[in-house]
Amino acid sequence: MSSLVDILSWACLLCGGFFCMVGGIGLLRMPDFYTRMHAASVTETLGAGLILLGLMIQAGFTLVGAKLVMIGLLVFFTSPTASHALAKAAMGRGLKPVLAEPLPHPSFDRLRTGQALSQAGRGELHESRSD
Amino acid sequence: MMFAAATLALLATIALALVRAALGPTVFDRLQSANTVGTCAMLLLTVIGFLDGRPDFLDLALVYGLLNVVGTVAVLKYFRHGNLGEGGE
Repeated sequence: MSSLVDILSWACLLCGGFFCMVGGIGLLRMPDFYTRMHAASVTETLGAGLILLGLMIQAGFTLVGAKLVMIGLLVFFTSPTASHALAKAAMGRGLKPVLAEPLPHPSFDRLRTGQALSQAGRGELHESRSD
Repeated sequence: MMFAAATLALLATIALALVRAALGPTVFDRLQSANTVGTCAMLLLTVIGFLDGRPDFLDLALVYGLLNVVGTVAVLKYFRHGNLGEGGE
C-alpha cells in the first residue's frame, strides 16, 4: 500500500518536472511572443498540477493536503487571468504574431472593408493583387 | 529522492525562463518570464518544504502565488496607463 502511494507520487512528480522543463524550453525557443505564452501555459497548468498532485498523494487528508489544494486552486484561477491580461496588453500594444505563411491578403482586406460583397458577383475576389 | 528530482527540474525551468527574460525582445516576453519564474518559485517552495520535512513552507508558497499575480497585473497596468492610480477601462 505504501509502496503503491510512493510509486504514484513518484510518477506524478517526475511527469510534473518533465512538463515544467518542456514549458521552460518552449519559452526559450519559440519564435514569437504568443507561442512563448502558449509554451509557458504548459508549465502553469500541467507541470504545476502534476507536481501538486504528487505532493497531495504524499500528504493525504491532512492540513498539509488542504493547503496544497488551496495552492492548486490559486494557480488554477490566477494563471489564466495573468495570461489573459498579458495577451490583451500585447494585442493592445500592437504586437503582431509571426505567421508561417502570409494571409491571403487581398480577399481578406476587401472582406474587412465590406467591398467583397459587391465585387463577389463579378469574380474579382479570386484575382491576385500584387500590392 | 523524488523531491530532489522535481527540485532540479524546477530549477532548470527557472534558469530557462531567466535566459528568456534576459533575451526577450519585448517587455511582454520579460513579463511572461517573470510570471513563469514566480510560478516555479511557488512550486519550488512547496517541494522544498516536503524535501526538508517542514511543510510550513506551504504558507509562504500561498503568499508567493498571490504576490505573483498581483505583481504581473500591476506591471501590465503601469505599462498600459502610465501610472497605477487610474481606473481600468
